[in-house]
Amino acid sequence: MFAYYLDLALRSLKRNKVLTALMILAIAVGIGASMTTLTVMHLLSGDPLPGRSQQIFYPQVDATPAGYAKGGPLDMLDYHSAVDLWSAHRADRQALIANSEVKVRTPDVSLPPLMVPMLATTSDFFAMFKVPFRYGSAWTAADAASRARVAVISSDLNDRLFGGADSVGKILRLKDSDVRIVGVLQTWRPSPLFYDVRAGRFAEGQTSSFYDKPEDVFMPFFSGLEVNAGNFWQFTCWGKVATPGHLQDAPCVWVALWVQLDDATKVADYRAFIASYAQQQKALGRFASTQTRMPSLMQWLVFNHVVPSDVKLQTWLAFAFLAICLFNVIGLLLAKFLRRSSEIGVRRALGASRGAIFAQCLVEAGVVGVVGGIGGWLRTLTGLWLVRRQPVEYADLAHLDLGMFGLTFAVAVAASLAAGFLPALRASGVAPALQLKTL
Amino acid sequence: MEWRPILSTLRRHRIPASLLVLEIALTCAIVCNAVFLIGQRLQHMQMSTGIDEHALVQIQLAEIEPSPDIYARAREDLAVLRQVPGVQAAALTNQVPLGISSSNSSIKLDLAQRQPTLNAGTYFGLDLPQTMGARLVAGRHLQADEATNVDVVLKALATGDAKQLPAVTVITQAMAQRLWPGQNPLGRTFYIGPVGVRVVGVLADLARANAYNDATAHYSMVLPVFMGVGQNQSYLIRTRPQDRQAVLKAAVAALKKADPQRVVTRQRTYDEVRSKFFENDRAMAGILVGVIIALLTVTALGIVGLASFWVAQRRRMIGVRRALGATRRNILNYFQAENFVLATFGIALGMLLAYAINLFLMLHYELPRLPAIYFPVGAVVLWVIGQLAVLGPALRAAAVPPVVATRSV
Repeated sequence: MFAYYLDLALRSLKRNKVLTALMILAIAVGIGASMTTLTVMHLLSGDPLPGRSQQIFYPQVDATPAGYAKGGPLDMLDYHSAVDLWSAHRADRQALIANSEVKVRTPDVSLPPLMVPMLATTSDFFAMFKVPFRYGSAWTAADAASRARVAVISSDLNDRLFGGADSVGKILRLKDSDVRIVGVLQTWRPSPLFYDVRAGRFAEGQTSSFYDKPEDVFMPFFSGLEVNAGNFWQFTCWGKVATPGHLQDAPCVWVALWVQLDDATKVADYRAFIASYAQQQKALGRFASTQTRMPSLMQWLVFNHVVPSDVKLQTWLAFAFLAICLFNVIGLLLAKFLRRSSEIGVRRALGASRGAIFAQCLVEAGVVGVVGGIGGWLRTLTGLWLVRRQPVEYADLAHLDLGMFGLTFAVAVAASLAAGFLPALRASGVAPALQLKTL
Repeated sequence: MEWRPILSTLRRHRIPASLLVLEIALTCAIVCNAVFLIGQRLQHMQMSTGIDEHALVQIQLAEIEPSPDIYARAREDLAVLRQVPGVQAAALTNQVPLGISSSNSSIKLDLAQRQPTLNAGTYFGLDLPQTMGARLVAGRHLQADEATNVDVVLKALATGDAKQLPAVTVITQAMAQRLWPGQNPLGRTFYIGPVGVRVVGVLADLARANAYNDATAHYSMVLPVFMGVGQNQSYLIRTRPQDRQAVLKAAVAALKKADPQRVVTRQRTYDEVRSKFFENDRAMAGILVGVIIALLTVTALGIVGLASFWVAQRRRMIGVRRALGATRRNILNYFQAENFVLATFGIALGMLLAYAINLFLMLHYELPRLPAIYFPVGAVVLWVIGQLAVLGPALRAAAVPPVVATRSV
């Protein structure tokens, strides 16, 4: 029966080619626009650390003077609080991070010096964030404790400096120190670059920089601070810095602590721990406030409004656009089906049930949907190509994955079936006697 | 024009007619708001910086080896730059207007104040306003003997000893208006942290580096602080617009010759600075234009499709009317009037919807209210598009010969 309906649908669609093309075009354009923005939304609002993100937390305490941080603790920690919390080792895993930019030269390669972003972090970072290695491995806790001059570099930097070869054991000159490479990462592109997300609520929706690439050089936290001393960025300061870039004792927040807590008891314990730490520091006179906060990774991303407001606006627009396209298709299908009233009347008179007419009309709508889906898929590819040419940090991420590819067709067919529902219902309600009389 | 038959026909085709009305309404609402958003972006992109944009180039350097004397190095660099043919002026600065990476200070009018009055872009430089071409409207420029080296400033601020500090500043008119509305700012003092600074000059305008918000984009001040090298500073060079590329190249070569141990991290004309700052707005405006065109096209095609169908469906009726004496023009007008009625319903509904969407955007995107002028203009545009779309099918209807009435189906 389905094959017969399909045959009827194709015949009917062929009969009025312009109208068919219009419907297909409307579906394709609507689907293309909405799937492009949906893909971008999906990329930008996804979980950067699937399977682990529920266990990752971002503890915060407040070391600022009384009345300074009114809306809760600042986005990062001062050096002493960060190091105190980290050295307590109360979490399953914990990583300190501090950002800077470092000059890189290689003794073996004659390239001009580069300025690359560097992350000073602790050894748990790689295991906690499931960072994949191509060559070598992370440094050990012993390396970190002995302040060894070692580093892990990104695959991108490895390609630039060593042409992608195994560079483990090679020497990099970072600022003025010789540093041995112990590991090279595989291409790693978390979206967003979650561990560097901060200050999103001050960004007025301009958050596309959260989707930048990870740093090129990773060094053990304390040796990194020594090697690249003077180049560390503060998040903000509430007093003046005696020597810029040297922030250990400065009235500034500039270090972040990420912790992994595997179950709810540990989370509650850790919350109690940072609360008691804040109490103790207040008693010592170092803190003015005991406010603390410990969002989970996903809560922190939401708090920072990671999805740029422009992208949200585009998604709204695209779905309104799809709605308009659907109204268009409904109108056209309705006109088309009702114009065939006499034909439907004959079929009804010859014994076709209302259900059969309804099914036949829906098959016709479905065919439009499938063809429209193919068009929509092509338009989505074009749309994503356009997104990749946009001047935004997430541009290179914009690709259609298998799930979104399937969704494109599902949405197209669902949309056209929904569009076909009302017209098909009207068509199946045609009274046969009335139509036969006018013949 | 006889309206009643049109309305009664539409009543009989209630569902297709109301679908078309809905489509026009949604299109009207979205297009009004999209045009408004484009207008907002374009207006933001027109932001004045108060400087002579087409005459400036920027060079930023990073030191590989720390210079023994960062101030001597900077003074030498400036001397070298001023020797480059075509260079009219050169200055050292910590930031450039619309440069994104910014330096800002919170400002209080009274030390006892809990909350700062405003936050302003803080330029460090001496002859910076002159080099950038920012116009002085009152008072005087900063003078060479007022300059302090940046490390002295930082040390003084850290120890709280304000004696060594630059006690004077030049601020923008916008900032002066905000601090002391309607009063003469010259000679008045405000506080950066614990340090009082006296206003000696007022600039017509100077945008800040992080000018994201139109309301605060022009709050800037210049402090007579000498940056030295190795602090993310950059050199701003003023030249004739047509010489920019040549001067940029020659200046970079001269700086590298003066000290080969350096990396040029940035060399660009000021036009590139502006274009980089607004690239997201430009891209978004482009997308919105695309959306508007696509929407209007889809709506127009929808009108064409439905009108064609109605024309085909009513061939008998048209034939009968023609046989009973209706002229081609009558038939043409009938379909045009029908479209006009549909468009009018759509536009009326669309205006309400446009207003609702605007309220939503005002809530979530801090947009101003949609100006009333958008409503009549949007209505006229949609009427015109509707009429253009229906013209083809209506002409086909008018071409139906009266003899159709006599033929049986």
